[in-house]
This record gives sequence, structure tokens and C-alpha cells, in this order.
Amino acid sequence: MSRTSLQIRPDGRLRHFLSIEGLNPTLLREILDTAESFAGVTAQSVKKVPLLRGKTIVNLFFEPSTRTRTTFELAAKRLSADVLNINIDASSTSKGETLLDTLRNLEAMHVDMFVTRNSVSGTSHFIASHVQPHVSVINAGDGRHSHPTQAMLDIFTIRREKGDDFGRLTVAIVGDISHSRVARSQINALNLLNTGEIRVIAPRTLLPANIEAMGVRVHHNLRDGLRDADVVISLRLQRERMQGATLPGEHEYYRLYGLTADNLSIAKPDVTVMHPGPINRGVEMDSHVADGAHSVILQQVTNGIAVRMAVMSMAMQQNKGEADA
Amino acid sequence: MKHEANIPALISAMADQLLNRGDAYLESSAMVGIHTGGVWVARQLQQLIGLQTPLGELDISFYRDDFTRIGMNPQVKPSQLPFSVDDKHIILVDDVLHTGRTIRAAMNELFDYGRPASILLAVLVERSGRELPIEADITGLEISLPPDEHIKLTGPEPLTLEINSIQ
Repeated sequence: MSRTSLQIRPDGRLRHFLSIEGLNPTLLREILDTAESFAGVTAQSVKKVPLLRGKTIVNLFFEPSTRTRTTFELAAKRLSADVLNINIDASSTSKGETLLDTLRNLEAMHVDMFVTRNSVSGTSHFIASHVQPHVSVINAGDGRHSHPTQAMLDIFTIRREKGDDFGRLTVAIVGDISHSRVARSQINALNLLNTGEIRVIAPRTLLPANIEAMGVRVHHNLRDGLRDADVVISLRLQRERMQGATLPGEHEYYRLYGLTADNLSIAKPDVTVMHPGPINRGVEMDSHVADGAHSVILQQVTNGIAVRMAVMSMAMQQNKGEADA
Repeated sequence: MKHEANIPALISAMADQLLNRGDAYLESSAMVGIHTGGVWVARQLQQLIGLQTPLGELDISFYRDDFTRIGMNPQVKPSQLPFSVDDKHIILVDDVLHTGRTIRAAMNELFDYGRPASILLAVLVERSGRELPIEADITGLEISLPPDEHIKLTGPEPLTLEINSIQ
């Protein structure tokens, strides 16, 4: 079964959320619009809606995460679902249980959704192809492959800052592209929305071969890549995923690719600066940039909750029918 | 089939009933329309009674009791209550009162914003078919319809009522 049909129901709605690949622009905008309406929930004194009351959502994390897991947990709780956090590192697999056995056991406890993160690419896809029909799977990051909710929250943030016309935007992604599942998902999403120009800026050692095939322009020089950019997304150096000598050193990296007020002045005057976090200050960007007027890094975190509420609730709806007044 | 009701006259009569509640009531009240038809009616009522508090809009999609059956309307508008609900007399406005489920959901949502002093329900049309113990305080038009007939407000300009059979 292809990834497309696995994550989309026959009637075109979301079944699982595994990758940006296979989504269409209509569904992508539907997720953004739904997220926009969930963003208002935080204005209520009771920051909760009863949409997923009685549903059980399991955060199944095989890889450490704070921000993503926390925002998924908050998103589920603001939808009134019950949430279980399972850190597999410290659990069954160390006793020899297979992934499928772990899944079957959790399913036997009548859970409705798995939110999974794993360092192995394709894990969430594997899980989605083995769950029962009523169970949905959301990919919270798999290896170097995909991190679709991060890409959605980045797109959502860009749309809020710059409006809905992506065709007139130049978006530059700076940093470790080759180890980044975030970059891959972002590029896919930006392409779906017909973004005017997508640039990647990185040393050759941090770029995957043939990245141009994804429809991006490659720059090895930071200042060239930043020229007249509307949005600059800086990525974290994925030291835990690096093997061998891909970089001379962090200091050298900062000197060549770190965002500073000086090199940002080459971008558009109203440039928006983003970073999926966690930031290495003084490596990927200067503290003054991270905390400066152009930075929307904390808005990204806030928006992540609304976007995850949208994806979770959309994957959880069952059949199409008519409303009664 | 278009219903021949004189809608401006109905809304004007509803406004008179609201004005009869007195100044003390109206001074501490706020109007909330339920998306979409209720907002149209509320907008006109708001003008007629000259209420100072800005109009609130509720989209009850996240509070429906049939979410898992029918799924989400992709065009959910964010609810907007540009005032504090606490201790306000809320005038809740909808176009058609039918099963009562929409009103149940709207009241649940209102309470997630705060604790109103009271909630009054004003509807343009009160039709037969209640499934919950909910009734309107102010009604424009009462109408009895068989279960397989549907009455719908179209608008916003002009507002018209249409009755259709459900296939």
C-alpha cells in the first residue's frame, strides 16, 4: 500500500499523519485553517474543547524529545483526550519485546491514537500499516525522513506572518539539511504551496546529494543565500546524528553560517527568523537574533499546539454524514 | 420552497421584547450569535436595540455531540467573544431552534469562557422536534414541521427562510 493511501481515507480526509509527501494542497490548507480556529481556544478561560473526550492517545517516543512531546501532550489535553506518555528507551524493548508486541499490548488497552517518534526512518509508517482500523498514527519525527507536524507549524507561522500568498515569498533554510527530517518536510510543504523560491544554505558536507531535485536553490555562501529573503529558517546542528568529520568545528560553523544582525541585514527589512528548536546559541545564531524583533521562535512553539490539535482531531473523525441543527 | 415570513418584522418584534427587559438588564448584557445564521440575526438585533457591547460569535463545531459521527466542518470559524462573559447577561441568538443540541453545545462553550449572570435564548424560528429540554425565551416565528422537512435561513442580505424536504 502506498504512503498516500495509507494516510488518506477513500473520501479524501486524513486517516494518519505520516509525511507531507502524499498530501494535496487542499488538505494542507484545511489543516492550516483548522489550526487557525484552534488557536482561539487559548483565549478561553477554560483552555479546552471537548472534541476528543473519552479518547486515549499514547505518545510512543523511542527518542528523547521535550518540546515536541510536551506540545503533543498539551494539544491532546486541550482536546480533552487522555494521554499516556511511554518512553520506550526505558521500557519493554530493553526486556526484548518486539515493537509489534508492544503495539498489540497497547491496542489491547483500547487506545485510539499513537503519536510516535523514532530514530529509524519509516517507523511511523510501519506502525500505521499494522494498527487496527480505528487507530490513527501521527508521526512526531522518524529518523532523517520526516517531521510533518513541525513543517506544518512552520508553514502556519509563515502564513500568519506573511499572509497566504506563498508565491511571492523567498524562504531560505540554513544549516544541517542532510541530517534534518524537518528540512525535508518543510521543503515538501513549501513546494505544495507553490512557494516563490526555496533556498537551502549549507556547506557541502551538510547537504544530501541531489537536493536540487527537490526544487530548491543551493547556496554555500550565507550572504548570497540570505539576499532579499522573506523568511529565514535556521536548523539545529544535529550532533547526535552526525558520524565522521562533517564539520571543522562549531566555531568555524558559526563564523560561516551563524545568523547575526549583520548578515540578516541583507535579507528583506521585514524578514522573519525561525528555528525549530532547541537553539544552540552562538552556533546557529547569535542570541540577539534569537531574541530579536524578527524572531518568531516562541510563536512557533505556541503555534505547534494549535497545529497538533488540528491534525489529531482531523485524523480522529470517523465517517462523513450530515449535521442536524 | 421559500417561506413567506416578513423577516424584518419578526426581528423587529424580537427587538421590542428584548427592550422590554429594561435598561438595567440591557446595560449588563452582551449578545452572542451562533455561526452562521444566528450571527446574521444577532447583528440586526444588536443594531435595533443599540447594544454597546461588541457582538460575540460562537462556532460550536468543537462542542458538537456528533463529532465522531459526522466529523469536522473544515470551515470552522474561530469563536470570538470580545468581552468578558463573567457576570454578563448573555443574549444567545440562533436562526432555528430544532433539536436543541446546538444550544446545548453553545452553552457548554460559553461556560468555558466564564460564568455568565444569565443566558437568554432568542431564536428567529422555533420549529418542532426538540430532543432536549431546551426552550427559547424570545421567538420570532413558531412553526410545526414534520421530521423530514428542514427549515433554513439564507442570507445575509436579504434574509430568507426556505423549507426543503430531506431526501
